[in-house]
Amino acid sequence: MKSYMPSEYFVDRDEEKCIRCKVCVNQCTYETHSYDEEEDVIRSKDENCVNCQRCVTFCPTKAISIIKNDSPYRYNVNWTPEAIKDIKKQAETGGILLTGMGCDKPFLSYWERLLLNASQVTNPSIDPLREPMEIRTYLGSKPDKLEIELDNGDFVLKTKLSPQLTLETPIMFSAISYGAISLNVHESLARAATEYGTYFNSGEGGLDPRLYKYGNHAIVQVASGRFGVHSRYLQSGAAIEIKIGQGAKPGIGGHLPGEKVTENIARTRMIPVGTDALSPAPQHDIYSIEDLRQLIYALKEATDYTKPVSVKIAAVHNSAAIASGIVRAGADIVAIDGVRGSTGAAPKVIRDNVGIPIELAIASVDQRLREEGIRNKASIVAAGGIRSSGDVIKAIALGADAVYIATAALVAIGCTVCQKCYTGKCPWGIASTDPWVAKRINPDIASQRLTNLLRGWSLEIKDMMGGMGINAIESLRGNRLSLRGVGLTDTELRILGLKMAGD
Amino acid sequence: MFGVLVMGHQDVMRNPFNDDKDFAGCSIFGMMNLEGKRFSSKDPVRAIANMHERGNGLGGGFAVYGIYPDFKDYYAFHVMYLSKDAKERTDRTLASGFNIIYDEEMQTKPANVRDPPLVWRYFVQPKTRLFEGNSEEDYVIQKLMRINTETGKAFVFSSGKNMGVFKGVGFPEDIADFFCLEDYEGYIWTCHGRFPTNTPGWWGGAHPFNILDWTVVHNGELSSYGINRRYLEMYGYKCTMQTDTEVLAYAFDLLMRRQRLPIELVSKILAPPLWSEIERLEQGQIEVFKALRQTYGSLLMNGPFSIVVAHEGEMIGLNDRIKLRPLSAGLRDDFLYLSSEESSIRLVSPQLDKYWNPRGGEPVIGRVGCRSVATPSLASEAEQ
Repeated sequence: MKSYMPSEYFVDRDEEKCIRCKVCVNQCTYETHSYDEEEDVIRSKDENCVNCQRCVTFCPTKAISIIKNDSPYRYNVNWTPEAIKDIKKQAETGGILLTGMGCDKPFLSYWERLLLNASQVTNPSIDPLREPMEIRTYLGSKPDKLEIELDNGDFVLKTKLSPQLTLETPIMFSAISYGAISLNVHESLARAATEYGTYFNSGEGGLDPRLYKYGNHAIVQVASGRFGVHSRYLQSGAAIEIKIGQGAKPGIGGHLPGEKVTENIARTRMIPVGTDALSPAPQHDIYSIEDLRQLIYALKEATDYTKPVSVKIAAVHNSAAIASGIVRAGADIVAIDGVRGSTGAAPKVIRDNVGIPIELAIASVDQRLREEGIRNKASIVAAGGIRSSGDVIKAIALGADAVYIATAALVAIGCTVCQKCYTGKCPWGIASTDPWVAKRINPDIASQRLTNLLRGWSLEIKDMMGGMGINAIESLRGNRLSLRGVGLTDTELRILGLKMAGD
Repeated sequence: MFGVLVMGHQDVMRNPFNDDKDFAGCSIFGMMNLEGKRFSSKDPVRAIANMHERGNGLGGGFAVYGIYPDFKDYYAFHVMYLSKDAKERTDRTLASGFNIIYDEEMQTKPANVRDPPLVWRYFVQPKTRLFEGNSEEDYVIQKLMRINTETGKAFVFSSGKNMGVFKGVGFPEDIADFFCLEDYEGYIWTCHGRFPTNTPGWWGGAHPFNILDWTVVHNGELSSYGINRRYLEMYGYKCTMQTDTEVLAYAFDLLMRRQRLPIELVSKILAPPLWSEIERLEQGQIEVFKALRQTYGSLLMNGPFSIVVAHEGEMIGLNDRIKLRPLSAGLRDDFLYLSSEESSIRLVSPQLDKYWNPRGGEPVIGRVGCRSVATPSLASEAEQ
């Protein structure tokens, strides 16, 4: 069938600058570039280009520019190029349209409409360069009160606290499974989390035993496919996370194509090499909240009550009530993944149409847990579309204890959010297990880039806190007076628990 | 719920612009006889008047302990009325829940104060058969909450035994004049002069703030108010006054009265040591102070404050953890002084046995019968 799909991008090569070194030919995994020996020229198949910028970045003479094909069709507000192309694609394939990364639609972000406060006159701002600024965060269940006795001049703690995670910055790396990404990326995340004093999440594909040494900084995930879940795996992590849902694809499972299942991945996931790894949509032993309670306590029993158990859900319409049930079921942490949360592969229609923005979910979950008097029983971790330290601090002010980042972490090590992770051909070597490209991620360099990102964001968070006259992050958490809204309706302000700027 | 002082329709008066909280600067002063001997208003009033420039005449007040020895077993309610109707209604409410032992209009005299309300004093005893399983204190608080909300024009601003709060709109020395404080004697006097930036000043909004016999005078603005308030709301407190002093009072009520934690630990909840300081403690103490911050992090009072808190037999001074507001302390014979400025202490007691500026987060604790004033500290102990 002749494809009617237009090229999305054009490769513009400056022939005067091009030295025919063939770096672009070698770097591109989509076979966009090829060298014509007879005429000594590099040619491009524009239709293959996904604008990942790999060739642009690595071209030694800066000869390449990628140009967006802006006007393939006549301008139409309703029949956008995206709408037309999606239809043509489906008419040619008859399948579900796949995509990667988080929802890219403009109308679902609230971060830009939230503004932070700063101290002026009546209380002083604090200079983080000269005074301590504390952002350490503990995740886990906290008691209603402490019993402390005085014994011979010393205080003795009588209340035993549940196990806690210690974060030196309120930012963790979100779940990205082994198989969706290569060992090198997993190792980079693990090493950065360990170095900075935070946590990475194994995702649902198990943890390669070579990474167990970073287990003190790992949250190991138990998902519907139960890939790689065994007793040593559970013991290896600092915490366990039950994955119920994912912001990019609430309500559906996952599919790792067999081509990505190499030998090590197969061994870690405990499946045959080359077979598809299918995660069912629900966890088939959790059809209701009482089943969740059983799994939470099964995992706590399996690890002797030494590790906090997190339950991750996608942010959906009834998140507040669901979160309340999760806390009452015994979870120590509730992780919520908003509609802009990322994925390696998801049906496009689900990614762009299912779920709710994380900002609204944090606000309503935090408020509900307070109204029910159980906010201290679990920590809230927010995920899905956090792009900067500004987003982090706003999430915390709305009521989150900490955030998960995944896209931001991958961007730090090369990702350009081209949204083609599902092809398994990632030219940056991130969303690919093909050894030829996976080795493009050097864990020494990538972990350094990740540590730098955590450090930069942490410094910025301290700067903003100091400006507000707050020197400990717990005074910002859930402190909604430190935020104001702009361009929001009364209903949006009510749900966010915020006043309008100027009010 | 309990532990709550709620006021309904007075919102408009106390915070007409619906600001997030009360923005105010202030002067505070506290004077205590450590033997529990009572003394007159002369020195406390001179001392707070000496800090006249720290207030702007929109609020002044005093809390005095040991003033009603003849009625020491009864709750002494001081009530402001904005209308005769409110008094009639409140009298009925009081009569239904309490045996009124004695009541009278508060003695006042003309003074340089603005629009004084009618102020009444009651000595009451709760009708014990009505407790219904609550503690007596919670019962009293429930009744106070009802009085303070049902008319919107009646406000109980003092409710402890053998103590009394006197406060209103004016400079503190004028409030002392108005309430004839020269006629009273007490063993603790705490005093406040106010500089609000956003409230016109209404009589109930002046300091001290009070629940039962707990009082707080406060200088500062809590940057953490938004979360302090939401945490306390989880425990049934309704923070309707929109002042940060209110959350301090409720925090003391929750931690000390309801959860029975000692002030030595409560001060480390409100103004905790840094994580780096905690890590330098002995192993067992690390666990205690770490658990305090983990559990009560939402009650960390972040931002500038200095406070003098008092209840029966005890006066406590405390600063925020990095001392962003002034607080000085002095000892002379049986007297403990706490003040925003040293000058006020030196005015009433030029010679002191000891004078010091307490470090941030380190409480100064004066207890009746205890000549050595406790200043529990973590880091400084090692240094000293």
